[in-house]
Amino acid sequence: MSAVSTSALTLSPHRIGAMVLRYLYLLRSSWTRLLELIYWPAVQLFVWGFLQFYIAQNSGFFARAAGVFIAAVLMWDVLFRGQLGFSVSFLEEMWSRNLSNLMISPLRPIEFVCALMIMSIIRLAIGMVPVTLLAIAFFDFNIYSLGFALAAFFMNLILTSWAVGIVVAGVLLRNGMGAESLAWTLMFVLMPLTCVYYPVSVLPDWLQAFAWALPPTYVFEGMRALVMQHVFRADLMLAAFALNVVYFGAGVIVFLQLLKSARRVGSLLQTGE
Amino acid sequence: MFEPPEPRSAPRVHAIAVDQLVKVYKTTRAVDGISFALEQGSITGLLGGNGAGKTTTIAMIMGLVMPTSGTVKVLGAEMPRERYQVLHKMNFESPYVDMPHRLTVRQNLKVFGRLYAVEDLNGRIAELAEQLDLTEFLDRPTGKLSAGQKTRVALAKALINSPQMLLLDEPTASLDPDTADWVRGRLERFRKERGATVLLASHNMAEVERLCERVIMMKRGRIEDDDTPRQLITRYGRETLEEVFLDIARGRGEAREAAQ
Repeated sequence: MSAVSTSALTLSPHRIGAMVLRYLYLLRSSWTRLLELIYWPAVQLFVWGFLQFYIAQNSGFFARAAGVFIAAVLMWDVLFRGQLGFSVSFLEEMWSRNLSNLMISPLRPIEFVCALMIMSIIRLAIGMVPVTLLAIAFFDFNIYSLGFALAAFFMNLILTSWAVGIVVAGVLLRNGMGAESLAWTLMFVLMPLTCVYYPVSVLPDWLQAFAWALPPTYVFEGMRALVMQHVFRADLMLAAFALNVVYFGAGVIVFLQLLKSARRVGSLLQTGE
Repeated sequence: MFEPPEPRSAPRVHAIAVDQLVKVYKTTRAVDGISFALEQGSITGLLGGNGAGKTTTIAMIMGLVMPTSGTVKVLGAEMPRERYQVLHKMNFESPYVDMPHRLTVRQNLKVFGRLYAVEDLNGRIAELAEQLDLTEFLDRPTGKLSAGQKTRVALAKALINSPQMLLLDEPTASLDPDTADWVRGRLERFRKERGATVLLASHNMAEVERLCERVIMMKRGRIEDDDTPRQLITRYGRETLEEVFLDIARGRGEAREAAQ
């Protein structure tokens, strides 16, 4: 064997690559998993795309704001599918009862998290790229025309999705499969607060404070400003990024604490219900 | 005249050193103040009934479970705090831990080989496949194999890094006698060739009698006895280790000691 670092803080690209390879083997072996990545974002796109068509025909305002719903649904899917890509890859280890094998291997928790982040992007690309092409073909909406702004939106949304995914993974480690539903539903708690389809101003004043504490709110406001008023709000993106740094850091700390707690209560041995 | 002091030999590092180890889950004392040390290259059986604390002990040795008190050292590294000093030198096999079913045997071994930074991984996989009769299954999904074949794959995973320390939790559970005997033969061969330390938790007395040079008997989280299989059988005045196990499990060992 080659020289092995003994530090808990080491990041080995070799071990991260091994875990990414493991998930790619899995995706390659299962066409249902691949189909699942694409079909729901596509269904969402068609529902909201046709709704947008209908409203635009009856409202001058929405006719001018063509694409705002389609952009919103695509952005929401980046947020939701990003977290799901992270959490489902983690759940694969629990479903296959493989977690103990990983936990006694030299794989560091932080390397595991890095592999899950990479898989989140890969799964997102597999699901979202075809859907964005469908948006161009059916609704004449090209999200890539947003250019640099799209990169800023994407980076902020994916960071939030990872922060949530890391916390969910920690809860699953600590509490077992009984907490699985969190992986599928936690992001929906954020949906009304992050104002995906409407401006923050429609929320009651007291709720707006909560909304502005969430990075995706800034992204969706920024997206509406860009699509409807053709203004890129860099200030909103910077505020979202600052909040994301805090939430992502907090997510990593929570994950490591939950892992420690899992070692204490013995839940790494029993990863069932 | 000044005489230089005799060079002191380096203190001998035990493969495993367990000292006053306790694990309490809520109100249950799963492991209750056990101590033992294993020499490097030894093969030891950890015996006990259900709930004796064998699996929790092995889990603490691997760093999967944090002790409530006491210490576990593996090759000199305290677990779980210093686990990354030794995890690459250890491995584990248990029928209660699976490998991803949809991945082929070769894919699974590649993933674990990379995690353990095994050099010439393809060569190592071919070598293990030949030793464990896996060559014809290498490209089959792991989940489609029989229980015996899966055990051989799990063993290949446990040996992929040629570990200095191998921990086995009931390695032949659910196997037919012929396959179980075959697996024991492979384990004996590995230990002879590698000089590895092996700790084996089992319910199978014949297996422990055949493989182990030392047996630690556990009951309700404590060590009830600790000796060679032959010495235990002689001391308890029995014919087999199974009878000794039953004596201890049913408390007849304590009764016998009290009578003496």
